[in-house]
Amino acid sequence: MASYKPVAVLPFPRLGEKVTQDTLYWKGYKTPVQIKEFGAVNKIHFSPVPPHNYAVTASSRIHIYGRYSQEPIKTFSRFKDAAYCATYRDDGKLLVAGSEEGSVRLFDISGRAALRQFDGHTKAAHVVDFLSDKYRIFSGADDYTSKLWDIPSSSEIVSYSEHTDYVRCGCTSKLNADLFVTGSYDHTVKLFDARTEKSALTIEHGHPVESVLLFPSGGLLVSAGGRYVKVWDILKGGHLLVSLKNHHKTVTCLCLSSSGQRLLSGSLDRHVKIYSTTSYKVVHSFDYAASILSLALAPEDETIIVGMTNGVLNVRHRKHEENKERIPKKRHPAYRTFVKGRNYMPKQEDFFVSKPVRNHLKKYDKLLKSFQVSKALDAVLEVPIRVYTPEITVAVMQELSRRGTLKNALAGRDEKQLGILLTFLTRHVVEPRFAPVLINVAEMIIDIYLSVAGQSAVVDKQFMRLQEVVEKEIDYQGELLETLGMMDALFATMTSKKVTSLENKSNGISKVVEQVASS
Amino acid sequence: MVAQEQLRVVRCGGSKLNGSRAAFSADAKYLLCATGDFVKVYSTTTEECIHILQGHTNLVTGIQLNPQNHLQTFVVGYKIFAFYCLAGSDDSGFVIIPKNNEEASDSFQLALVRLTKAPGQEVETKELSLILDDIDYSPKCTAFGREGEYVASVRGLHLRVYFFKKKKTHSFPLSARTVKGANNYFTCVACHPKEDCIASGHKDGKIRLWRNFTHKKEYTFSAMHWHHSAVMDLAFTVEGTNLLSGGFESVLVQWRDVSESKKEFLPRLGSTIEHISVSPDGTLCCTSHTENKITIIQSNLRVSAVIQGLVKGSSVKTGLVVDPRTKALVLNGKPGHLQFFCLQSDKQLYSLDIVQQEYINQAGLSQTDLVKAAFSAQGNWLATVEQRQEKESDLELQMKLWVYDEQMQSFKLSTRVNMPHEDHVTALCFRDTDGVEDGIPTLVTAAKDGRFKVWVTVDESDTDKQSVGWICDFVGSYHNYQADNCCFSEDGSLLAVSFEEIVTVWDSETWDLKCTFCHPPGKTWSLCFGRLSCSKYLLGTTDHGFLCCWNLLNCALEWSTQLGVIVLQPDPLSENIAAVSCISEGSDLFVFRPNEPRPLCIQKNVCRGKVQCAVFIPRNVPETVGSEKYQWLSRSQLYFLTETQELMTFSTKSPEMRLTPSSKQLASEESLPMTPFYVLLGKHREQQQLKMDADLGKPVVHSHSTQSSPAVKELLHTPAHVLPSATFLCSIFINSLLISKENKSNGEVANEVEMESEKAEDESDEDIDHTAMEEDPKLTEFWGEMTPKLSKSQEKELRKIRKTDFSWISAL
Repeated sequence: MASYKPVAVLPFPRLGEKVTQDTLYWKGYKTPVQIKEFGAVNKIHFSPVPPHNYAVTASSRIHIYGRYSQEPIKTFSRFKDAAYCATYRDDGKLLVAGSEEGSVRLFDISGRAALRQFDGHTKAAHVVDFLSDKYRIFSGADDYTSKLWDIPSSSEIVSYSEHTDYVRCGCTSKLNADLFVTGSYDHTVKLFDARTEKSALTIEHGHPVESVLLFPSGGLLVSAGGRYVKVWDILKGGHLLVSLKNHHKTVTCLCLSSSGQRLLSGSLDRHVKIYSTTSYKVVHSFDYAASILSLALAPEDETIIVGMTNGVLNVRHRKHEENKERIPKKRHPAYRTFVKGRNYMPKQEDFFVSKPVRNHLKKYDKLLKSFQVSKALDAVLEVPIRVYTPEITVAVMQELSRRGTLKNALAGRDEKQLGILLTFLTRHVVEPRFAPVLINVAEMIIDIYLSVAGQSAVVDKQFMRLQEVVEKEIDYQGELLETLGMMDALFATMTSKKVTSLENKSNGISKVVEQVASS
Repeated sequence: MVAQEQLRVVRCGGSKLNGSRAAFSADAKYLLCATGDFVKVYSTTTEECIHILQGHTNLVTGIQLNPQNHLQTFVVGYKIFAFYCLAGSDDSGFVIIPKNNEEASDSFQLALVRLTKAPGQEVETKELSLILDDIDYSPKCTAFGREGEYVASVRGLHLRVYFFKKKKTHSFPLSARTVKGANNYFTCVACHPKEDCIASGHKDGKIRLWRNFTHKKEYTFSAMHWHHSAVMDLAFTVEGTNLLSGGFESVLVQWRDVSESKKEFLPRLGSTIEHISVSPDGTLCCTSHTENKITIIQSNLRVSAVIQGLVKGSSVKTGLVVDPRTKALVLNGKPGHLQFFCLQSDKQLYSLDIVQQEYINQAGLSQTDLVKAAFSAQGNWLATVEQRQEKESDLELQMKLWVYDEQMQSFKLSTRVNMPHEDHVTALCFRDTDGVEDGIPTLVTAAKDGRFKVWVTVDESDTDKQSVGWICDFVGSYHNYQADNCCFSEDGSLLAVSFEEIVTVWDSETWDLKCTFCHPPGKTWSLCFGRLSCSKYLLGTTDHGFLCCWNLLNCALEWSTQLGVIVLQPDPLSENIAAVSCISEGSDLFVFRPNEPRPLCIQKNVCRGKVQCAVFIPRNVPETVGSEKYQWLSRSQLYFLTETQELMTFSTKSPEMRLTPSSKQLASEESLPMTPFYVLLGKHREQQQLKMDADLGKPVVHSHSTQSSPAVKELLHTPAHVLPSATFLCSIFINSLLISKENKSNGEVANEVEMESEKAEDESDEDIDHTAMEEDPKLTEFWGEMTPKLSKSQEKELRKIRKTDFSWISAL
């Protein structure tokens, strides 16, 4: 025997963004903290060791911030002109930064003055980084060169001058202490091996390269420049895997999430986009107030920090689960109440009587099951259903009309109930998804209560409002049809053009119909 | 032999199961039900058809279990409309026959017939004595009362009760006037098995209980009302404690203690209950439904089994479709369901709920109809269209796309499209994407709103969830003409859509209009592409009866003929195309190839009236057809549906070959109840049987071992109140268990009885009980002789001697 089939409430596709696992994850940040810096923030770098302080390079200063502090805990300000690209070493003890005058300086975190200063670049050194052996530094500068420096001897090891424009970005391989990548405004990305004299690989990005990034595996390289973010397989000799064009202004910075599964890109168009590294589709995006120059994610994605052209540092901290736990838990019945009598194992001689599985029906379904149509309609006209899920109310009305009992259910209502019904109708009758059912309902109500019209001022007023709404909708639909007609006329002119071309194309088929052309 | 092979039209796919009341076997293990010319025996536990009883040449109208012999059933066929037999009289039965034995007459009479004990299957009687005249032909309208004392029959507004003893008829009329819409017409009647009480069902849903009807004037009746429309059948349970009723609402109502206040319901049985029958042991009852179904229900009102035949609705709107996966025939089933019917096993595989709404069986309600169904080539996708139209203006349309789920082994709803078109959907077809690489499933719908829409799958999967949905890819129209048909070519490269009189051909890659064909006057009715070597042809039929064949290579009409073709169906496995034409009364079948001038086969007058739809179903194993003419039947079989919703097919085999031999035999033991006593004896008997088998051919041992059988039989078949005291029986029983044989006093009679019993066993199994009953008097005679002669002490002595004697002799 088939069991009672509950009323099917048609789900309507929700407009707007879909809620995915990613949106939930990336929305789990608190409202941002804004910190004003002295100039455009060109680099943010997190210390790899706890407590994960971060160095912010802006104008001629490097500020070190603590995790939750809004005031810098330390400042390196001995730069004559702009400082660039303050980067921590892997152990978090040393910090290196380039500068506008071309010198590269190495700082101790605890000290104030530079430990070393590497001079050699003739123009601004925009990018510096430690190689993963910790004893060497590479730098790239506007004099088109990139150099390697030895920290202990503070001397230049090698200088590469293969780029033909400013070297503005670069990164080092975490796996191989000799590999590093530079990106330049000459539209190329070059992979260098410190052991050789020449670049190992050159990749043509096609736009001035603003940022490069190596995947932790070392096999994939991401380059950003122009509006494009491109992913390259360097093990295949620089084979382009995918080219992403999701920003509408220059992409300035790249960053990987701590799990390595998401890639973030910030752009001058004030957006940060998050891509899945498996499908390379945008899974989420953030909006900011100004063009973004730099972007960093704390380990475990605890904090997102974005530096912007207007010198504002935007810091978002992740919301934590313990907040929820602080809310006192609702007391549930003890576990034993649920297992009471259920953990008895039937013995051999026991006669087993199985209990039928009860499927829980909604209130309106229960009433419909027992053919109490008026009560079922009352049940769906209660406030929570009527207001928040009008589709249920409409579905039940449709079900009643299918059963041929809608009239019975609508009839015999007093002023208040009728008022509720009419308010519901005025609110929803013009919604396209409900209109076919509700128009029917409205007609029936008018039929039923026509004889008692004029007895209640409240109801009469609501009838007038309903009429008003319907008239307004009719006008609106008329206007829409007019627009549609105009558009049709436009399309018709375009179609005739297309048909002529089709005719030219298919000379061979004699039967291509003249009728189409005439239309 | 080959020359004699003839093409015959044969009926197939389950005839009606709900034609008459089904009958339970005595132990309620089997259910007999009349289907067409046969009686099918179903197991009540497994729902399997165990075997088919054949013999009638016309419709079987009723089955009745012989109350004296529970292994015997009476089956009556056409012209006898009903048959009753009573527990009291074993040699007579009652039949309802047309008056004056004329077929056309619409007055019927109840007559008493003497049943002769003929050895054969058929019983012929000449003696007829009239009991009641002018009664209703329906078996439901006549019922026999307690111990056959009276018979109640209803017709129109009259209840008549005939008392056999007094030979008097009492008539109780009801008024025809309709107060508050009451409709007093009788529909059925049932008699209480233990009390003088008659229950009658009425057209307005009332059940009346008549009592005290032995008096002409002082009769009383009480009414119970639950049903809102006519009561279709009534049945009392075996003890008469409960009354079961059912009707249009498809709810079985159990009136406990036959009172209005205590009733229980079993709702949602599917469709109108037509018959109710109760098993003799009271454990089960069954309801027959209009949708060709029998539901077996336990006494606690729980459905235990469902025997489902081919559901025959009022109209098959989906036409006949083949499920490529199971090769099952798919068509409209229960309201809102799609039934998958396996033609090989003549059984419904399963029923897929498409509409998924609570079905309210009520007259005048416009129901949601399933109008179209189509499968993709591999059977991975199923598209269905359902519609509900209450008024001319509002039409509810829904298209559903179902994906086959390997794990669930069933179809799962994937996408639901509300209002896919503005108006009725006229055709639906999938593109065959076998040959095409990475071909995405494509569906085309054509509708009366003048558009055809192309639907394709889109990947809607998230980063973490895989899902596939359907979206509309292209909307095509042609001068706002109604789109009537659509059809893809075999390779899926072309789509043909007919718009009233014009057939358009579209490229399925770019959705460009390639060319148009026209064969005025007349709209195109059906459309199909040729297959395999004939794939360059496009065929169409017009409502003026023309069958046209266009060549797609030169875009010209190849040939056309006026045949009045109503159904056009291509064979998926060959170039053959079947066309059914209907010019005058009967339908003719033509099987042809588009590239050959002569048809392969012409079969005139395949059925009366128009053929509704037809389909080729691929055979699992290609059949060897001798004749060249019928070669088209070898790989697939053509099924068609007639106007009367009869499913027919073509066969070259003779009727004898078609019938599957029903080898299974019901052993008589199998139908006996399993009691502890039976277990004991049964074991004993089995041992004997084994022994018999082992020592076959040794007469001494043979007779020796079967000696116990009369004693056992005696114990088993003598009614308890006739049996002598247990002490007396004990000796005989114990003796029977002994190995010895040379018992002078007992031997003769025992041998005699034994011979008889053996004879009985050789005869049909069904007669065992009867013979056992017959030998009773002899046995009692023998006991009567023996008991007075011997005193107790003597007897004891004798027994002692007997025992000691034989045990040691046999030991030697």
